[in-house]
Amino acid sequence: MTSQTQTKTTNNKISSYLMLIILIVVALAVVALFLAVQTFIEGGSDNQLAAIMLAGIGLIALAIAGFLIHQSRKQAAEVKLEIPKVMTIIECQNKGCNNKTIREFQRGDYVFKELDVTCPKCNGRQMITAAYKEIREKEKTYAV
Amino acid sequence: MSLIPGSDSTIFQVFNLVLYVFFIGFIFYGQKLQMYIMIREVENSLHKLRITKDEGRKIALDTINEIGKPTTDPSARVDRCLDYFTIGPQGMDPQGIVYKLDHILDVRDDRLKEEVRLLAPQVINDEVQINNLENTLEAAMALNYIYKVVRHYYIQGRKTMSLYVIMQLQMILPMVMKEAEAYASALKAFAYGQPIGDSIGPLIASKLMYGQEVRKVPKDCVVATVPFEGRTALVLKAEGPGGNVGKPGDAIEAVIEEQQGKLACLIMIDAGLKLEGEMVGEVSEGIGSAIGGPGVDAFKIEEKITKYKIRNYAIIVKEDIGDAVSPMRKEINDAADKVIERVRDMVKERTKEGDTVLIVGVGNSIGVGQ
Repeated sequence: MTSQTQTKTTNNKISSYLMLIILIVVALAVVALFLAVQTFIEGGSDNQLAAIMLAGIGLIALAIAGFLIHQSRKQAAEVKLEIPKVMTIIECQNKGCNNKTIREFQRGDYVFKELDVTCPKCNGRQMITAAYKEIREKEKTYAV
Repeated sequence: MSLIPGSDSTIFQVFNLVLYVFFIGFIFYGQKLQMYIMIREVENSLHKLRITKDEGRKIALDTINEIGKPTTDPSARVDRCLDYFTIGPQGMDPQGIVYKLDHILDVRDDRLKEEVRLLAPQVINDEVQINNLENTLEAAMALNYIYKVVRHYYIQGRKTMSLYVIMQLQMILPMVMKEAEAYASALKAFAYGQPIGDSIGPLIASKLMYGQEVRKVPKDCVVATVPFEGRTALVLKAEGPGGNVGKPGDAIEAVIEEQQGKLACLIMIDAGLKLEGEMVGEVSEGIGSAIGGPGVDAFKIEEKITKYKIRNYAIIVKEDIGDAVSPMRKEINDAADKVIERVRDMVKERTKEGDTVLIVGVGNSIGVGQ
């Protein structure tokens, strides 16, 4: 069995209504930035404050538009099916041997299956004692 | 009046006007925009569901082709299976509804097994593979159904342009997606016959009965008589290692009748849904019938234990829905020994030497022998 298989597809359609809103926001942002530059060039303390405000509005609007486009494309693009890696634990049945082997799960394995392959250490009978997947990443916890 | 100080030029005034128009427009069309954003979210989830559903169908088909070696193309029959439905019994007169439901579920199960046998002639007599294929097909059916229901509400929302239809769908989507992801990872587990989180009950029962003679009890269950702390333990589980939950209700009824109700207690071990914040693999004790499903088995068990006044104790291993149907996590596997210790304490503290106790490992026996 392959350890990890992923299926990825894309769906990059963006609603035309949403696109229109984004375009208006971008247009307003561009105008705001243009005005900011113009006002700054004109000089004067009042004009400088206006330029800073306009530049702020323009940059924030551009960031929002960019974020909206990025989000809607990113969500659509990330479709993946992850197949977890399952391990089979094989233990020797000879008392005192305690030999333990871990290998990837194979079709036909099941817990309490006695294997034909004997223990490499003592030639004793071997049995599958467990089959499980290990999840490495920690679950997010909330302090309450 | 201007929004920006010191900005009195015509171009500023035009800009201000546009801002005002935009602001006023938002008052009227803000909800519509919100709806479009929600529709987009639902669309993305629906897209993921479609991919998952198609992948489910592909895995089911590949497994059938690989194991069953059908002589003809099984695609059409698989597609027919994916659309199967079950109509529940009429509940206007509820008397006897449990047995009607029981019958319907039996017919459903038999029908699906017959379909799998037709799809996989190579393994027609291999009960383990038939059960695994049936489980794989059921997971694919669940994914297909989830996709169709979400698509139904999405289209309905778009047709009516109702914020509330879309909003309800968007609100429950995280839970729906979690369930779909769980079934997606269950597909491979079923196809390969790997133990799943729900197999913890049968795994514990197998550990208790290992080395003892087992006999079959109706339906699709096995029982072993095990000497346990000076008592006699009758350990029961669904027959493995194929994907099978059996009918523990019928099996427990049969064992209790065999013993003429002379049981000191009934201990049921199962996987239980954890609440957020609880750890996977946590062990918890209680009383009652620890068994899921539509309630038929729980009903039968409760009828019997009430008749003979048998005490019933329950032990559950906590996990979420995703863990229950996907390959068993190490934490759940490690909980088995803790549960056995709890059972040991329970038997020593609550029964006398020489008593007979019934211990049932409830759940899917996939990947767990006996």
